[in-house]
Amino acid sequence: MPFLSAWLEQRLPVRALRDFLAHKQVPARQHAIWYYFGGAALFLYLVQVATGVLLLLYYRPAPESAFESVRFIVAHVPFGWLIRSVHAWAANLMVATVFGHLFSVFFLKAYRSPRELTWMSGCLLLALTMAFGFSGYLLPWNELAFFATKVGTDIVGAAPLVGDTIRFVLRGGEDVTGATLTRFFGFHVALLPLVTTLLLLGHLLLVQVHGVSEPIGGATRGRRIPFYPHFMLRELIVWLGMLAVLVGLATFLPWELGHKADPFAPAPQGIRPEWYFTFMSQTLKYLPPTILGFEGEHVGILAFGVIAVLLFVAPLLDRRAGRGVPSPLVSAAGAVLLVFMLAMTLLAYVKPY
Amino acid sequence: MIRASSWVMAEREERFGRRTLLNWLLAGSGSTLFGVLLYPVLRFIAPPEQAEALATAVTVAKLGDLPPNTGKVVRFGTRPAILVHLPTGEFRAFSAVCTHLQCTVQFRPDLEAIWCACHNGRFDLTGRNVGGPPPRPLEALDVVVHGDDIVLSRRG
Repeated sequence: MPFLSAWLEQRLPVRALRDFLAHKQVPARQHAIWYYFGGAALFLYLVQVATGVLLLLYYRPAPESAFESVRFIVAHVPFGWLIRSVHAWAANLMVATVFGHLFSVFFLKAYRSPRELTWMSGCLLLALTMAFGFSGYLLPWNELAFFATKVGTDIVGAAPLVGDTIRFVLRGGEDVTGATLTRFFGFHVALLPLVTTLLLLGHLLLVQVHGVSEPIGGATRGRRIPFYPHFMLRELIVWLGMLAVLVGLATFLPWELGHKADPFAPAPQGIRPEWYFTFMSQTLKYLPPTILGFEGEHVGILAFGVIAVLLFVAPLLDRRAGRGVPSPLVSAAGAVLLVFMLAMTLLAYVKPY
Repeated sequence: MIRASSWVMAEREERFGRRTLLNWLLAGSGSTLFGVLLYPVLRFIAPPEQAEALATAVTVAKLGDLPPNTGKVVRFGTRPAILVHLPTGEFRAFSAVCTHLQCTVQFRPDLEAIWCACHNGRFDLTGRNVGGPPPRPLEALDVVVHGDDIVLSRRG
């Protein structure tokens, strides 16, 4: 062993890495769970990569085989039920965790200068996470997913000017067909992972370059703890906890497969998108048919677009936080958005019509 | 004497101290966790034994499809079979999987034999391996003509 480590040390910057780890410090904060969301999201992403690669061994992306192959995985492949269920649950937990990460960074104003680019790359990662969810949802080719994709791509199609083109490209044609399935599969297992991994590395690099942010007012008063082993062990406990939750959910509440999609059957009762899209679909339901002479749906989608852009450039707008001064107005706006999203999501489940 | 025994105790404590125990516990639970994660993955990777769709009787052709002294490779369940119409008018059928390296065989009217293109293996029209590398005869299938349909079934 000493021979091996000496051999490696001559060829790799082992010593530099060890020194780096020994000296890296992060702000000390005792019970601030808000700082663990990013790491938890990273863990879930790794789980998704691992289980996703495994599912690829059996999954067949075609309308006549997709549903059957997922059923085969769940029913016949040893531990197939576990792998598939973990993949589905981790996807949902990941979306929730990324949203948690977004809002905790937002309310702690960790996006302020010089971390604007970290925030923006994070916003793009959230969008990619949702794209992962949307594309992956269709892959089992079941009834709910089929219609959710029809509706979802239709909503995108209502976007002004470019809507029709985007819908056509997303669907690979006029309708949701086998062509849509192949293309969603390509997005889900090749395009999105590539873009996400690159962006994620950039995001993590920025976190490393700027260090972990401290809240305005310095609640930790500059106290710091070593990253290794102190912070890493805490993070490890979070990861182990998430793993336990994930396996527990996958085992006791296995993700359902439903019925195979039939393009010639009517949409089933209680059709709704994945929960993280419901705040948008529910809002669109409440909009009147016309607003100021424009179609209500178009206005709604435009409004969500504007909110997304505002969120993306929040660090540039929040000048006070940039100077290290509290900015209650921005916090209030964020709180209104959060409450609105929670309320709409809740309504989608309590009062869908 | 007392001094010697306390030295032994100290030595022992150093070898089986708390830190050693903790290290063992950590390594033990770490590798257990690793094993628990790895086991399902390994099992998942190995494909399950599939109950092969055992073809019992399959209609593979119509009487008119096959003039005398011709052959045709047909689907028999998940595997190919070869149906041969002899010059005498008799039908014979065999598994079309060559017993050498599992290529799919074909009927050669010029040789009046079943022939494998991969390594020039040759079988006569009873399925017997008569030339080239194949080590065993082709598995023979039963042919029954039901009205206009030619039906293959496994023997036995």
